[in-house]
Amino acid sequence: MSIRINENKCVSCQRCSEVCPGGLIDINAKTGKAQILYPEDCWGCTSCLKECSTGAIEFFLGPDIGNEKVYMQVEKKGSLLNWKFYDENGLIRTITVDSQSSNKY
Amino acid sequence: MDHEKLKTDILIIGGGTAGCFAAITASELSLDTKIIIAEKANIKRSGCLAAGVNALNAYIAKGHTPDFYVDYAVSDAHGIAREDLLLSMSERLNEVTKKLETLGLVILKDENGEYVCRGNRNIKINGENIKPILANAVKRLSNVTVVNNLNIVDYITDGNRIVGAWGNSVNEEKLYFISAKESIICTGGAAGLYKPNNPGFSRHKMWYCPFNTGAGYAMGIRAGAEMTTFEMRFIALRCKNTIAPTGTIAQGVGAKQINSLGEKYESKYGLSTSQRLWGTVEENKSGRGPCYLKTDSITAEQAEDLEKAYLNMAPSQTLKWVSSGKRADSENVEIEGTEPYIVGGHTASGYWVDNNRKTTLEGLYAAGDVAGGCPQKYVTGALAEGEITAKAALKELDRFDNFQISNRFIDKITLEADRRFSSANTETADAVEAKMQDIMDTYAGGIKTNYSYTQESLAVAEKKIKELEQELDKVLCSNMRELTHFFEVRERLTVCLVLIAHLCARRETRWHCFAENLSFPDKDDEHFLKYINSRLENGEIKIIERQLAKRYGKYEYQN
Repeated sequence: MSIRINENKCVSCQRCSEVCPGGLIDINAKTGKAQILYPEDCWGCTSCLKECSTGAIEFFLGPDIGNEKVYMQVEKKGSLLNWKFYDENGLIRTITVDSQSSNKY
Repeated sequence: MDHEKLKTDILIIGGGTAGCFAAITASELSLDTKIIIAEKANIKRSGCLAAGVNALNAYIAKGHTPDFYVDYAVSDAHGIAREDLLLSMSERLNEVTKKLETLGLVILKDENGEYVCRGNRNIKINGENIKPILANAVKRLSNVTVVNNLNIVDYITDGNRIVGAWGNSVNEEKLYFISAKESIICTGGAAGLYKPNNPGFSRHKMWYCPFNTGAGYAMGIRAGAEMTTFEMRFIALRCKNTIAPTGTIAQGVGAKQINSLGEKYESKYGLSTSQRLWGTVEENKSGRGPCYLKTDSITAEQAEDLEKAYLNMAPSQTLKWVSSGKRADSENVEIEGTEPYIVGGHTASGYWVDNNRKTTLEGLYAAGDVAGGCPQKYVTGALAEGEITAKAALKELDRFDNFQISNRFIDKITLEADRRFSSANTETADAVEAKMQDIMDTYAGGIKTNYSYTQESLAVAEKKIKELEQELDKVLCSNMRELTHFFEVRERLTVCLVLIAHLCARRETRWHCFAENLSFPDKDDEHFLKYINSRLENGEIKIIERQLAKRYGKYEYQN
C-alpha cells in the first residue's frame, strides 16, 4: 500500500506534500519535485491523489498484499470523482462516484 | 535550534474531528477568545478520517432515545463504561449531526426529508470529504489560528495545572512554546503498539490511523493524570490484507460471517463487538478457518455499489477487487482480526474525566479518542465531546492569566532537543519500534497468541519494554522528521507500560480477545465490575479501582 510519484508529471505545486497526514512526502530541494520519503509508512488514505491535478501520483497495493503493477488515480470533475484503474497496458476501469450522493450502504 | 513563543486563551492539541469541532464551538460562542489548534500534519486530512468515513454510527434514530444508545454501549462494553458520560454524549448526537449537514456533509434522506437509517443507530452519508468540510469551517473563523506541522511533545505545567504545551516543527528546525489559559487534548488514540497484520512493506495498512501514536495519553501519564480502562483494547474485525471495514458489507448487504465449511457461526459466540471477533478467532483455532463474509450470493448491482462505497472510505479494498479481477459477488470476502489498539472512541480507554470532560489535571480537558469512559463515540460522539469541552473551557477562562514561560525552561528543552542530533550511526527509532511491537505481540496478547496472555507473560513484557526505554535513549536523529518519530516511539513505550499494568490488574476475562487473560479465563463480576484506573506516582504506575458510575447525577470521586 503506497504511492509512486511520476517526476515528469509533477508540476511542483506541493499540495500533496502539504496534505499528507503522515508528513511522508517531501519536495526535492534540487528538482522542486515531490517525492515519497517513506513509502512503507503510507496509510493508503489517498489524500494526495485527490490533490494532484496532473495525475502524477499512482496508488498501488504493496507486493505483500496485492499486485503492485495495478494502480489507481482520481480525477475531480465538479462533484464527480472519477477513479481510474490502470495496469501495464493502460486503463482497465473507471468508477465514478458523485460526492453529492450518499453511500447506499 | 530556533524557537517561537505563542500565547492563546484556548489551546487545542490535535486538529482532528474533536479538535476542529471544539474550535468551531468555542469560536461561535466567543469571538473575543483566542484559539490555537496545534496539528502534527495538516487539518485538511489529518487524523482517523483522512480517507473518509462510511456512515455516522452514533445517531439516535426516530423512535429511540439517548438512553437507548447508552444501554447499547454499556451492554457492548459488558458493563464497564461511564453511563453519565455516555448520556451527555448521546443527548448531543443528533444536534451535532444537523450541524455537520449545515457545514456541507451529504446525508441520505427519504421523501419526507428524514435521514435514512442503517439500523437503529446509524445513518447513511457520503463521508469522503468529512475532514475537508470540518477544516474549511475552521479556516473561516477569524479568532482561530491553525499551526500545522507542529508535533506537540509535552505539557507545560505549573504545579498540578496545565498552562500550555511545547512541541517541534516536523519540517523546520524549530520548537514551539505555547502558553494557554485552558487546554483541550484531542490527539486521538494509539496505533502501532503491536506488530501489525502486514508487518512488511504494507506495515501501515492498518485499521487505525498509524499517525495517531498515543501522544495525548503519554503526555497525560507523564503529568500525573488519572487514566481509565486501558485494558479494554480495541481489535477490529476487518477484510483480510486491506484491513478495510466489514460493517459496510455485513450491515449494508446483510452478509453473514461463515467459516471454511460454510457454516454461519456468529450466533454461537454472541453479538457484542468483542464476541464477533472472538468467534472468528475461535473458528480459526478449531481448524474451521479461514472465515469469510458470505457475499457470493449478492447481486451484481450490490457488488458495484460496494466498490463505490469503499472508494469513499477505504479505497484499497476497491483496488484489491479491481486488481485481482474479482468482485464481492464472485468471491466471499475473507476476514481477520487486526492487532490491538488503544482507542477511547470505540472502547473506554483514556483520560479519566468528569461530565465536562475535564481531566484530573487543572486546566486540561479531553475530547474524542483520547478521552476515556465513553465507548462507541465514533465521529458524532467525538464532535459532541468537542462541543462539551469547548463550552467548559470557555467558562473557566477568567480564572487565570497566561503563564509566563521562562527562558530557563526554553533553554533546557532546546538543549535536550539539540543533543538528539548527530550524524553518527546509531540505533534508530524505527528499530526500537519494531522491537517494541514484537514484545507486545509475543508477551502482551498480540495476533501471534490469538490476543491471549498470562500474568507471567505480562511480567516479561513489562521487563522488556523497560529495557527498551533505556535503548531508546541512545537513538540519535538527523532531521526533524526523525526527531518527531523518536518522540512518537517514546510515547508508545509509555502507553505500553500503562497498558500492561492495566491488563495485569484486571484479573478476569470480561471481554474475549480485547483482554484475554489465560491466568483468569472467566468473568468475575464480584471483584471486577468496576473501573481499573491508574496514575503515575514517583515513577511508578499506581492502580486505582473505582466503583461504577450511575447514569444520572454527578459522579463524585476523590483525586
